[in-house]
Amino acid sequence: MAVREGLLALLHEGPRHGYQLKTEFEAATGGVWPLNVGQVYTTLDRLERDGLVGVSDNEGQKVYSITVDGVSALGAWWEAAPVDEPPPRDELMLKVLMAIERSTERGDAHAMSVITHQRTVLHSMLQSKRRARSVATTSLAARLVTDALVVRAEADLRWLDLCEAQLNGTPTRKARS
Amino acid sequence: MNDPVLELVDVVKTFGKGSTEVRALNGVDLAVSPAEFVAVMGPSGCGKSTLLHLAGGLEDVSSGRVRVAGRDIGDLDLASRAALRRTDVGYVFQRLNLLPSLTALENVALPLKLEGVGRREASARSLDALAAVGVTEQLSRYPDDFSGGQQQRIAIARAIVVERALILADEPSGALDTMTGDSVIELLSSLPGRFGTAIVLVTHEPRFASWADRVVFMRDGVVVDQTASTVPVSAAGAAT
Repeated sequence: MAVREGLLALLHEGPRHGYQLKTEFEAATGGVWPLNVGQVYTTLDRLERDGLVGVSDNEGQKVYSITVDGVSALGAWWEAAPVDEPPPRDELMLKVLMAIERSTERGDAHAMSVITHQRTVLHSMLQSKRRARSVATTSLAARLVTDALVVRAEADLRWLDLCEAQLNGTPTRKARS
Repeated sequence: MNDPVLELVDVVKTFGKGSTEVRALNGVDLAVSPAEFVAVMGPSGCGKSTLLHLAGGLEDVSSGRVRVAGRDIGDLDLASRAALRRTDVGYVFQRLNLLPSLTALENVALPLKLEGVGRREASARSLDALAAVGVTEQLSRYPDDFSGGQQQRIAIARAIVVERALILADEPSGALDTMTGDSVIELLSSLPGRFGTAIVLVTHEPRFASWADRVVFMRDGVVVDQTASTVPVSAAGAAT
């Protein structure tokens, strides 16, 4: 996860307390990425260990600031390709591929019914995201996060369409009609 | 009392004859409640546009029944059917909705003019409809002077200038960029709440369909699945 780099990005704007970093991180990510304070301090400890942030004491409170190495690490991060963990719905891919495998073995319509059902499920999700988005008077960040979820669901739905089209084109399916 | 505003019962539509016969619709049941927004999705050739044409009385069913606002379209003569299209059903297409030789205001006023509404009243109602879709300026300009999104808004104004039970929309955002398209569909989605109009939207874009209360999926001329409607009590259940 990119929490380290997120904290570095905030520290690049100026020194901050741990709790301040937590609240600013959450605001910047539209409230969808909650951090617990412990996680923030653990991450800061590691950043300090790696020489990317420095700590000073301000009237008994720890204040963190970015180091020169931290700035260059952050610079590299802005430019690097994002290495996301697979999104949770990659389960969708597994599900559909397994269903196709089974249908190919048995020559049944299982795969098609799985695709049809998953499409409906995804659309219901998309509808609820849309409703959340349209009633939201929330921040730009929150709206953009919802947009990201919407376009990812769209991508999944397009993939299901492709699966269905390809499945319709396979000889086993054509033999049916 | 909450009768469907649009009801298709076991609708079959075939084109051609004999070996070249194509079944565009193969036994479709669908009921749309008043003020319900239904999106119809499916691959090209699944029958979704045919469904829209039948719902608007633009084509005849081969068998089955289509009821609009409580009337069986098959029972209507041509004149009554034309009247139904003028008064009960509005259309918004992907493009070419507006007559290029009429101004924005005249385009919106057209259905009123056809109904014999007086000039002054027609103008006032058209201005109201245009205000409702957020178009308030340059109303004496011609469609070509407006952006694609604005043109669709004007087309929607024309669809709501007469109190319609049902608006049929065929890919109304198809020619627009994503944000403009979103705003047009968002406008459509606000109509049921504001005017009690039901909407049937045909689209292949999941993002546009997500504004609907219910999404209906078609394949090979039949309804294969649908999401649960978010419209409370209704005849929506009659579709299943």
